[in-house]
Amino acid sequence: MAGIIQTSRAGAVRVRIALIGCNHVTAPVELRERIAFTPQQALTAADELRRQGILDEAVVLSTCNRSELYGVPGETSLAAPEAMQDFFLSFHGLSNWELDGRLYRWMGTDAVRHLFRVAAGIDSMLLGEAEILGQLKTAYNQALDHGATGPILNRMFQGALEVGKRVRAETEVGARPMSVALAGVKLAERVFGSLKGRSALCLGAGAVADQVVDHLRSRGIGNLKVVNRTFEKAAELAGRVGGEAAPWESLESVLAAPDILVTSVSAREPILTRAMLERVIEARNGKPVFVVDLGVPRNVAPDVAGLYNLYLYNIDDLGEIVEQNKKAREAEIPRAETLIEEHLTRFEAWRSALEASSIVDDLRERFHSQREALLEEKLREMPDVSPEERKRIAHITEELIERVLEQPGARVRQGGVMRGRLGALEALRHLFGLEEGKR
Amino acid sequence: MLFLYLTAVALYALSFVCYARILYSPQVALGRLASVLLCLGIIVQYLELMARAKAAHSIPYDDLYGSMSLFAWLLGVTYLGLELFHRERSVGAFVTLGLVVWMTVLRFFATPELPNAELPRGSLFAFHVTLNTWSYAAFALSFILSVIYLIQDHMLRSRRMATPSWRFPALDVLDRMARSSVYIGLIALALGVAMGLDYAWRETGAAVLYDPKVVVTVFILVVYVVYLRLSRSSSWRGPRAALLCALNFAVVLFSYTFVNLYLTKFHHFH
Repeated sequence: MAGIIQTSRAGAVRVRIALIGCNHVTAPVELRERIAFTPQQALTAADELRRQGILDEAVVLSTCNRSELYGVPGETSLAAPEAMQDFFLSFHGLSNWELDGRLYRWMGTDAVRHLFRVAAGIDSMLLGEAEILGQLKTAYNQALDHGATGPILNRMFQGALEVGKRVRAETEVGARPMSVALAGVKLAERVFGSLKGRSALCLGAGAVADQVVDHLRSRGIGNLKVVNRTFEKAAELAGRVGGEAAPWESLESVLAAPDILVTSVSAREPILTRAMLERVIEARNGKPVFVVDLGVPRNVAPDVAGLYNLYLYNIDDLGEIVEQNKKAREAEIPRAETLIEEHLTRFEAWRSALEASSIVDDLRERFHSQREALLEEKLREMPDVSPEERKRIAHITEELIERVLEQPGARVRQGGVMRGRLGALEALRHLFGLEEGKR
Repeated sequence: MLFLYLTAVALYALSFVCYARILYSPQVALGRLASVLLCLGIIVQYLELMARAKAAHSIPYDDLYGSMSLFAWLLGVTYLGLELFHRERSVGAFVTLGLVVWMTVLRFFATPELPNAELPRGSLFAFHVTLNTWSYAAFALSFILSVIYLIQDHMLRSRRMATPSWRFPALDVLDRMARSSVYIGLIALALGVAMGLDYAWRETGAAVLYDPKVVVTVFILVVYVVYLRLSRSSSWRGPRAALLCALNFAVVLFSYTFVNLYLTKFHHFH
């Protein structure tokens, strides 16, 4: 059988939530591309899984780093993950051997924990990345609008979104920039505060500079100019981000204005000298200038670093900061895990109450059917009992059942009381043969 | 009064814990709690000052204890105002820590016994002292902000950003907050000095211009005006101006402590 089978820590607990999927750790990009779901495919898959009776509720989460099916199995058997896997394979036209060892499966509490970790960004390739939370929200909202979710997945995904927000707000996991481009922009914010209305000049149009410009734009930079030796490239980048392109020859004149200067020009010698940047600071009446030098070799002369009110960062400086941040983020994982466990406990308490509540309902149903059968059998042997007395006997036995079930019913309504007792509930279900009775 | 004092210190300390916590892990709710605790601390300290004023039949500034307590209270009020105006809480940890230390020190070094009751000296005198104390509190705040500016600037230049560095306000925000604080201080001091001179004129019939306290106070006005002017010039804008602002506070401390205790005849603590 293909796939990594993860035994649920919940043990004998009745499996109500199942997950199957693969991510950047278990599958290479070539395979992830083949098993990715478009938004439309995700909805189609959720529909199919429900139509075939494999799942009652379904959400498909598909990003560039993961494809996962979350569901509430329609059957209580452990066969649901296999059915989900078969569906997964057939949907993408893959054979078992192609996914051999690539798929992971989680059930019950472990599936919930996995989703919470995904939402927190600690299961991501880039630890603490923010995008996954948006992607998860989109996937859930689409499934919700499509009617593919139910009470369990609704609660689970809402919990996951809450965990994701809390982890980012209360820990350092998502706080520090993890890319050179974002680190440069975040540092500029340490100098200027909000970048809205500030001006920036980008020299060169390399890939990293492109990312820096994107981050600047997303922060509402007011005036953005792009200068490149090839004017067409400058015009292309400027056009894409809504900036203004300027010819290389006008470098001296456009250099006077910006608060932020980003350079990524391929040149053997520095193109920005101390004298040039002294003139920039003078033209700005001493206001600070933030310079990000992404060029290798460096575009800014090293002696510029000593200029008053000029903050210079080259690619190595930014790389080092990113490395520091990575360590800081990793150190925050235990705190994030604590938050995840806190929300997991809350979710499990709710799920236990739900399970227990269904057991009480099942018991009530069982008692009533037994009562009716017993009354019918016994009263047949007592023809002297009048219709009024029969009604009275029926009423008393009904009341007896309600009295017996009153306390358990009240207890299960208090979710906290049932916390961690799913195993006991399952034993109770087994003891009374409720599964057989229902299925 | 001791109960009110202890409650105020406890609230400032709790506020400090919350402010310090948000430097490491920002939580909106915790930030709000920090502000609420600071606000409660200010209210409780106000009640203590009121109780003291009623008992002494005077605003509590005649003795070192009362004056220091009033200073701390005004520092808290000024900071809370700036926090609301600039919507920036990350400086709160430093201010509340300063408040806790200051309040503790004043209990140990200044006797809390009430000074001998003196004849009421009128509202002009009360405003004079309160405004001057307020100006010192505002200058103290500008000092704290300038020191944080210099630390943040150093961090940015050394390219080693510790966790709180990512939480500190931007240099530009710190600069604006420090300037706002200095403006408050200058306005309060100018009004306070004018009222003081007027009061002295009414009481003695002569202008008290050569008292060391007056001379040093005028010097304080000058150094802070120079700071405001230089902080917008091309060669001083930024870290140099922040350093100047921080150094100016030494003159304030000198005026508040040494001049009051040893030099002046009119502003001597009892």
